[in-house]
Amino acid sequence: MRWIWIDRFLAFESKKSARALKNLSLAEDYFADHFPGYPVMPAALILEGLAQTGGILVGEANDYQEKVVLAKIPSAQFYTDALAGEVLIYDVEILNLRAEGASVQGKVTSAGRVVAEAEIFFAHLDRSRSKQLFGDHNFVFSGELKHLLGLAKVAAQPRGAG
Amino acid sequence: MPTQEEIYTKVSATLVEALNVDEEEIQPTSTLQGDLGAESIDFLDIVFRLEREFAIKIPRGELFPESIFQGDPDFVQNGRVTDKGLAELRQRMPFADLSKFQSNPEVGHISDLFTVELITNYIKGKLATSNN
Repeated sequence: MRWIWIDRFLAFESKKSARALKNLSLAEDYFADHFPGYPVMPAALILEGLAQTGGILVGEANDYQEKVVLAKIPSAQFYTDALAGEVLIYDVEILNLRAEGASVQGKVTSAGRVVAEAEIFFAHLDRSRSKQLFGDHNFVFSGELKHLLGLAKVAAQPRGAG
Repeated sequence: MPTQEEIYTKVSATLVEALNVDEEEIQPTSTLQGDLGAESIDFLDIVFRLEREFAIKIPRGELFPESIFQGDPDFVQNGRVTDKGLAELRQRMPFADLSKFQSNPEVGHISDLFTVELITNYIKGKLATSNN
């Protein structure tokens, strides 16, 4: 299953902030059931997109060496529905970043309208423990996510460079 | 330098945010895990919030030491903290009130040391040092 809830990065400033975009297409499976005749994006998936934007920002800060996992969402508010055809903009800013983990403040907008806001907390899995459990493979930043990371790097470059 | 009362009020507000508890549930003697339901990940969240609230730096393991004894037999024997272990606790956590704990120093009771009062005392000590 594909589990990528952002389409591309619009801006990326290492250790500070990131902005990503998500197009809501009526062709996406979940709209068929959520809900028939009223295609609204599930709030949990909006949060997932925000967490992926923040998780990549936090992962990049340590050159993707840490296994960054979503640990908790201390607060989240949803203000309005996001319907098929809308374009969501995910903005995240790092609040705290240290060896054990990080927290970010995120905001989701659609055409300038605030859809949701949340604080998201990430933990770095303990290195020795996760090595015992999962080996050297970084299962967080792999496959499809790595492709997105490449796109994040492109977005991070100053305009006109490279 | 804020008073103990002022620090306590801010610490309580921090815990309300981090643990999603009601302010009325918080007492100076409330234990973070037992009474307020904190899980391991909440400790880092609390550290982040305290740093912001009080504009201080809390180094890793200073307020919430991780696995203090690592199963060291010098420190723990038959599930009880030894005198040497108690001395280690005193040294690592000078802000903790060990008087009750040392009368029955079962390892499982260590988490009960982490109360709202302990955080308040820690912050008080931290602010006093940074002002000198």
